[in-house]
Amino acid sequence: MIVATVTLSDLTKAYGKAEVLHGINLDVKDGEFVVLVGPSGCGKSTTLRMLAGLEEITSGEISIGDRVVNNLEPKERNIAMVFQNYAIYPHMSVRKNIGFGLHTSKMSKPEKEKRIDEVAAILGMTELLERKPSQLSGGQRQRVAIGRAMVRDPSVFLFDEPLSNLDAQLRTQMRLEIKKLHQRVGTTIIFVTHDQVEAMTLADRIVIMKDGYIQQVGTPSEVFLKPKNMFVAQFIGAPSMNMLKGTVEGDSVKLEAGPTIKMPHKADVKDITIGIRPSALTTAKEGQTPLMEGTVSLVEPLGTETLLYLDVGGHEVIASAPGRVHPQPGEKIALYADAEEIHMFDTNTQEALA
Amino acid sequence: MANTADIKVTADALDKATPKRHARKQDPIAILRWILLMAGGILMVMPIVYMISTSLKWPHEIYNLSIIPEEPTLDNYAYVLEDGRFYMWFLNSLIIATVTTVSAVLFDALVGYTLCKFQFRGRMIVFVAILSTLMIPTEMLVIPWYLMAKNFGWLDTYWGIMFPGIMTAFGTFLMKQFFESVPDDFLEAARIDGLNEFQIWWRVAMPMVKPALAALAIFIFLGNWTAFIWPLIVTNSPELYTLPVGLTTFSVEQSVQWELIMTGAALATIPTLIVFLIFQRFIIRGVVMAGLKG
Ligand SMILES: Nc1ncnc2c1ncn2[C@@H]1O[C@H](COP(=O)(O)OP(=O)(O)OP(=O)(O)O)[C@@H](O)[C@H]1O
Ligand SMILES: [Mg+2]
Repeated sequence: MIVATVTLSDLTKAYGKAEVLHGINLDVKDGEFVVLVGPSGCGKSTTLRMLAGLEEITSGEISIGDRVVNNLEPKERNIAMVFQNYAIYPHMSVRKNIGFGLHTSKMSKPEKEKRIDEVAAILGMTELLERKPSQLSGGQRQRVAIGRAMVRDPSVFLFDEPLSNLDAQLRTQMRLEIKKLHQRVGTTIIFVTHDQVEAMTLADRIVIMKDGYIQQVGTPSEVFLKPKNMFVAQFIGAPSMNMLKGTVEGDSVKLEAGPTIKMPHKADVKDITIGIRPSALTTAKEGQTPLMEGTVSLVEPLGTETLLYLDVGGHEVIASAPGRVHPQPGEKIALYADAEEIHMFDTNTQEALA
Repeated sequence: MANTADIKVTADALDKATPKRHARKQDPIAILRWILLMAGGILMVMPIVYMISTSLKWPHEIYNLSIIPEEPTLDNYAYVLEDGRFYMWFLNSLIIATVTTVSAVLFDALVGYTLCKFQFRGRMIVFVAILSTLMIPTEMLVIPWYLMAKNFGWLDTYWGIMFPGIMTAFGTFLMKQFFESVPDDFLEAARIDGLNEFQIWWRVAMPMVKPALAALAIFIFLGNWTAFIWPLIVTNSPELYTLPVGLTTFSVEQSVQWELIMTGAALATIPTLIVFLIFQRFIIRGVVMAGLKG
């Protein structure tokens, strides 16, 4: 059994003089599902393409298993990649497309056919094998692309935004299928997306990137509960975390928006930004000391909960209320959050204060 | 069976649509447009009509410009087809046009692909150099070609007739533009699947530009089939004449035998029709898009 760990050390990439990746360090365990996530242009695809061997490495090292692959051709790296555009060949049937992944394999013809049938069965595409791509739906095409990657039994799967061309419903469905597939075949997967929901639901570990730097690596709950900095805090979770600037006064923070909040723990910086997730900021119940008060400007009923857009001293704050609560715009509402739901960041360095 | 039903349905639909179209024709702009189109059509078809009509006339009748011959005859066809030279020239033309078409399509596609998909120093210079030859008319190229053929001893040989067309600037340009429409993802997917660069070109990129290849093949075949000036200049021996050059020799005897030239020309159009019929079915749009996002 091949051990499919992936190690990136001090990986950089420059196009001409412009450096777009500035020293990426990452250890992916065998069989792990790692998701690279970040805003457009942060270098996710570039990282993945360097891993695949489609892009030259400017400096640093990539190893797959115990082999340094820096100078290996893509086909020698034992990886398979699924592209955003599917890139299945329009002039070949589904069977030929899937079989194309076995191009360099030394299997005999009947063995190849058997392998193709197996993969098609896993993906539920047995009836579609003789069709041409033009006769398939978007989701089916993406499945063919996944099949072509699977057929070779690679040690690492690379996915570059494979779901972003699908409509919302299909995306959710394919997301589940990919997750199931991973549980079934157990191959190491590195998956790129800019959709944080996709990242949260799929990943064993999430790598959050911005401007060619890794911001944080952690399990979905780690990055959600303990974001390392303001960027991660706002990127993960929807709607985004409320951020309110303030200055320390004793053991409290006086917010620009007006209210004063008791610090959940000590910190020796002066300018602090308080972060509270909308889901943690709720209407104050009897006996809870309100954190702040706001005027409702917009109400978004989502069924199980209602999102409230409030004005707190000229700053917009998003809070949540139970689904049956529907305040009117203009109403004044007292808001509450548990002390452990209050994040503190150094306003100047943007880093979390622990 | 299903097909006949389909056709019937469309025919019905057409019937229903027709009255509306009549109504629109009243528009003076539309009338003008139709007149222009008809004039254009007639202009293009007339030479062919005269060619066929002349080929059916007796020699004394050819300067009588009526379209319908007074006493139609197939004697000219019999004469041309019995004359062994026709077959020889026909075969020469066929060989030359086929070889140059295959060669030019392959090389144009190969060079176009390279210029389109590979980054290398001097790429733009090569491209501009190839493009610039497009601006020079054949008539001006004939002299350097001739000098070249003379120095290499290619005069009066098959190769001498073919070499200028073995690769074309136009085709290279055309193919480069078409390869632009093939997304790099396909090529990269193939690279990961383990194909080498030549296989990627041949097995992945080429099938995706089939319509362009077919169009190019038609153009190049027609161009070579009807080429006149260069084959005339480079050949001396009648055994090497191509059909267009050979046909004109029907006229060097005592008088110009238009009826025979026209008969030969009419027969010469047959292969071009066949080539067109073979390749035009490849010219379907949207082949490339089918492998991409739906
Ligand atoms: N061939 C190239 N030449 C120059 N710069 C490039 C090239 N390819 C990518 N870049 C730059 O590298 C940076 C990272 O690009 P990359 O494609 O990795 O982003 P990404 O995170 O995948 O974004 P997206 O979510 O939009 O796909 C971008 O700023 C981009 O402009
Ligand atoms: Mg990308």
